[in-house]
This record gives sequence, structure tokens and C-alpha cells, in this order.
Amino acid sequence: MTNAALYHNPDSQNDGQNDSQSNSTGYNFAYLDEQTKRMIRRCLLKAVAVPGYQVPFGGREMPLPYGWGTGGMQVTATIIGQDDVLKVIDQGADDTTNAVSIRRFFARTAGVATTESTREASVIQTRHRIPETPLSHGQILVYQVPIPDPLRFIEPRETETRKMHALQEYGVMHVKLYEDIARFGHIATTYAYPVKVNGHYVMDPSPIPKFDNPKMHGNPALQLFGAGREKRIYAIPPFTRVESLDFEDHPFEIQGWDQTCEFCGSDHSFLDEVVTDDEGGRIFICSDTDYCNQRFANGARQEAV
Amino acid sequence: MYVAVKGGEKAIDQAHSWLDETRRGDTSLPELSVAQIRQQMGLAVDRVMAEGSLYDPELAALALKQASGDAIEAIFLLRAYRTTLPRFLASVPMETNTMAIQRRISAAYKDLPGGQVLGPTYDYTHRLLDFTLLANGERGSAPPSGDETVEDCPRVLDFLNSEGLIESPLANSGRTQSDGSAESETPADLTRQPLDYPAGRDLRLQALARGDEGFLLALAYSTQRGYGRNHPFAGEIRQGEVAVEIAPEELGFPVIVGDIQVSECDMINQFIGTETEAPRFTRGYGLAFGNSERKALAMALVDRALRARELGEDVVSPAQDEEFVLAHCDNLDSSGFVSHLKLPHYVDFQSELVLLRRLRKEFEERKSGRQGPKVNTTSKPGNQDEPSTDNEQRREVKQA
Repeated sequence: MTNAALYHNPDSQNDGQNDSQSNSTGYNFAYLDEQTKRMIRRCLLKAVAVPGYQVPFGGREMPLPYGWGTGGMQVTATIIGQDDVLKVIDQGADDTTNAVSIRRFFARTAGVATTESTREASVIQTRHRIPETPLSHGQILVYQVPIPDPLRFIEPRETETRKMHALQEYGVMHVKLYEDIARFGHIATTYAYPVKVNGHYVMDPSPIPKFDNPKMHGNPALQLFGAGREKRIYAIPPFTRVESLDFEDHPFEIQGWDQTCEFCGSDHSFLDEVVTDDEGGRIFICSDTDYCNQRFANGARQEAV
Repeated sequence: MYVAVKGGEKAIDQAHSWLDETRRGDTSLPELSVAQIRQQMGLAVDRVMAEGSLYDPELAALALKQASGDAIEAIFLLRAYRTTLPRFLASVPMETNTMAIQRRISAAYKDLPGGQVLGPTYDYTHRLLDFTLLANGERGSAPPSGDETVEDCPRVLDFLNSEGLIESPLANSGRTQSDGSAESETPADLTRQPLDYPAGRDLRLQALARGDEGFLLALAYSTQRGYGRNHPFAGEIRQGEVAVEIAPEELGFPVIVGDIQVSECDMINQFIGTETEAPRFTRGYGLAFGNSERKALAMALVDRALRARELGEDVVSPAQDEEFVLAHCDNLDSSGFVSHLKLPHYVDFQSELVLLRRLRKEFEERKSGRQGPKVNTTSKPGNQDEPSTDNEQRREVKQA
């Protein structure tokens, strides 16, 4: 289904010059030069081959600031092909400013079709959420990652954490979670909740809420993670085992709300809280705008809003 | 009434046109030209070139104009342009010995061959605002008589080196071995390969040359105040033009492709010596595009501090800590990641809110359950037997 370059027959790849003036920007198709894309593709292949392992890559400067999605953009720029349909979300929404900015970037530099529909997209670049609509095989989800190493806040040194990953020395992570329980009675990590991928590497799922963690497990879509500033790429191939760390007596659990979505009435999606006045008024709405709109259009909500 | 966060697209467009207007300022005043910036804001241009790691005064001036004079924004513009440029060749190592000197001073010797040449420096100006400039007048001072040519300036550290008083410049050059094999001829390039620790000195120097002047200055200062002290003397500081040469394979000999203005600093530092080796001074090195003397000095101090491990010193201070310095010296890395806090974090914040409300609710429940006199409310909130009661009260959706 997808036309993304990763799935392409190598023969159909543009190997440099063919693409170069295919748009009016004066830059190569999707901004990055083909040499760079080739380098990143190699890293992506390695990442897919070793699920959850952080592959160092020669990250380039992008025309957006570091920390604003440069890693995800480099991955997207590398895998996207002319026939792809791109969706970009930030906080689950298509209309947040940074999502708009990145979607425009690719519309401008690659001239690809864009969509807000999760189903129609072949490549979805995301920050902080996994869409509520289940993904299908052939789709690629590209995550923007600020700090790729889940051990970073326990051990700031790269030289140390690399060893810890290699030796699966993850005891400290469990100690950290245990300390949460001792202090608060719960695991107090609510987003960027660490997962173990394919029974080996502990991985940072990027700052998605732990609500989304179960969606990573066995997902038919390919999940790619790009950290531009930290120059790391990692991946979860389709149908891979992804477990959130927990304890037997404190099993992993996700957030829940007493409220339902004000628009579509959903009682099972991640809800954003919207402050409606300065007297404590609050409503809750789906963070995934596409999902909410679909449900609303399908008349999921009985009464008018 | 709920107002959705819609209209991001329109808002962005409007913000951009407002920005253009603000950047231009009062249109009754003549517009600043790129040539004017290049000529009259030279030190700003130099900083943008140095940290943008692209030697192009015109584009650096353009970047400054486009960025309303914000150095980091201008550096960003230049870097994002640089990264798209093709690379043809690496230059032959530059010979700063052959520099056309504009400034050359040594704080280690009173006089030396070639002499002390002050050059165009702010060093001995009194920092008094010059109201003539405000009144739109130029200073009346005559241009310096240009008949005096600077003699050959042999390198100060070479005097010491010939006596064996200082380590040789190539001692422990410690190039990064990217492929794990023996030292490669080509220096590492962190703009093509990700930074890898421990980094060779070539990689460290590259990172420092691109690094933020303010950050390096503060680190350098910290070494002077005892955080990784390395007893520096400014052996030599020089500024001027140096030829850049390339040696294409098919030609077989080097050709000059142009001259660039650089600032260089050789720092002389405290000595080392062992049972088998006589004591000698050590070196720190700094080099930056343009007239960027402060940067070159700071870089030399930090370079020396980062050699701590190689020279057998204890790594106890931030300036000596390679991972700390290299991971945080780039101002695009840091400004990008700090400013990304402006991006929406609704989802993560909501996740924290949900947890915090729950914790507070449990706290209230515990408190009301404890109205009897026996419990000390100031004890730690999570004593041993509480988590199990919490489990029973759990209202969250359990994961299947």
C-alpha cells in the first residue's frame, strides 16, 4: 500500500540528479541531498534489524530548529516518495502550529500530497501521540524524539549508557520505577514511559503518554524514531513485541478519564483538557483531531453539542 | 465558549508578515544594505561565520540582516545553508606561519622577532560612548600610515619547542579513529558523522570552533577560577589572512583557492613531566574565522582543559569533562532544545495532571481516613502498607 521509499525496489529509487530540480525551491526533493538520504536509509535498515537499538547517524542541520522535529523530518525526508501521502500531527492534532509548519515544509520541498486522515496517509510524522485509529501494514509512523536514551536521566554519560544497553543492565530503571512507588504509591512516569523492545533493548518511546504505549506492541505499521539533535535513529518493525516496564504487584496501567469527549463523546481516547473560563470551567476533547472528527461525522454523538 | 486552537496556518502567515515589518523598522529610514553590515558590523559577521562554520562574509551579513541582528538566528540560517552544500575536497592543512599579520601579540615575551603588533584592537580603548558617532559624524583621525610592513613573525611556541621546553605541536594530536583502525589521515567531521566519545582532539577542536562563544568563554573563565585550573599564558595571539590551498589528485600539487581571515591563539600551559620525560609546557589551541579573538582565547583554554585525561590529570571540573562540554557547546543544539519548550506539550501536561489529581485525591482520602489521633501526618506519604490500599482504590483503566 505504501509508496514510501523504504519499501521500494532499489531500481525505482532516484539516485541523485533525477530528482534535483523537481520542484521550485532550488533544493533536492524533500530537501536532503541523495547522499544524505542514502546514509540515513542505511541507518534505518540497521535500526529495523536491531529493534530498539539506537543507531548513531550523521544528522544534518535542518531549516527548523533542533528540538522541533529535525530527527523526524530527516527520517521522513529520507523515506518519502513522490506518491506518498503525508500526515503530520503534534499532540495528536493536525492543526497545531508545528504540525502545520512541518506539513508545509514537505508540501513545499517534496510536493507530496498531504492529508489529515490517518487511514489515507502512507507516512505519518508525529510528535507526542500515536493516532487512535489503528494503523495498518504498510503505513509508517515517524516519531520526533527529543532525548532518545531512556537511561539519560539516570546516567547522563553516553559512554556509560552504551555499555548498560549492551549488557542489558537495566536494573537502575526498575529501581527508579520502584522509588516512584515507594514515594507516591504509583509509578509516577506518565509519558515517555520506558518499554522493552523484542525482549532486549529498553527504549524511550518518545514523549507519548503512557496511554499510547500499548499501541506500539504488535503494531502492523513500521515505527521509526528520529532524534536530530542527538543524532540517533531507532525502530520498531511491524508486529514486534513491545512491553512497558512494570512489576508483578504494580502492573503497567494507562491513564483514564471520568469525562468523555465534549465533541464526539468518546470514552476511550486520550482527552485534552480545555480551560473554558477563569472560574474553573473545563471541558475535555480528544487530542486526536482526525479521530474526533471522524467520530463526529459518523454521528457517534447522539445529541447536538 | 470553547475556542479551538484552529487556524495555525493563517496565524503562521500573519506572524511572518508582521516579523518582516518589524525587521524593516521605520520605513522613513533608509534600509540597511548587506554590504553595509559586512563592512560596518564586521565582528558580528565574523562571529556568525565562525559559529556558522562557513566562511562567507556576504552570506553571514545577509543572515544577520534577515535575523534582525540576532547572532544565533543568523548562525542558524548560515548552518542550514551550509549543510546543503556539496563537498569537493578537503583543503591542505593551513599554514598560519605564513599569515599576512594584522595583529600579533605575545604575553610571554616582552619583545620577540617580528615584534608586538597591536593591530585594530579594542583592547586599549576607553569604553566611553563616542557621541560623535551618535551625531552621525565620523572620527577625524587620520588613517594610520601604511608604510610600515610587518616583519616575518616566527611562531612564539617554536622558540620554546626548539629548546624542548614545550610539547611538540603534534604531540598527542589524538585524531579520532572513526573506523577503529589506525589513525586516519583525514580529520573527523562531526557535521557528517555523529559525535562519538571519547572524541579525538581533532573532533574536539572542531566542536569548539563551532561552539558558542559565550558558553566557551564561561568555561574558560571557570578554569581560571579554579575549576580545572591549567595555568595559562597567552603564548601568541595572531590575526590576519591565510591562504587556503587545495591539492586535487589529478593536479598533484596544491593551488591557492583564496585567503581567509582568521584569529589564532597558542596557549602555554603548566608543565608535565615523568620519570622518563623531562618537564615541559603543554599547549592549548584556538582558531576561529575572522577577528574572533575572544573566541580563540576561550577555545584554547577549553582545549587544554579537555586534554586532562590524555595528560593524566584528574577530571573533576566541567571544562575538563568532554561529554559535558562537547554535548552542550553548540548554540543551535541548545537554543533549539530550550526554545522547543514553546511548542505545545498539552498531552504530556495532561498526563501529569491526571496523575497529580489522583495523587492528591488519595492524599485527601488518607487524611480523612486518619482523623484518629494516632497518625503522624508529617510522616512520609508513601509508607510501606499504603500502596496495597491504593491498589484497591485504583480507578484507572487497567491494561489488558
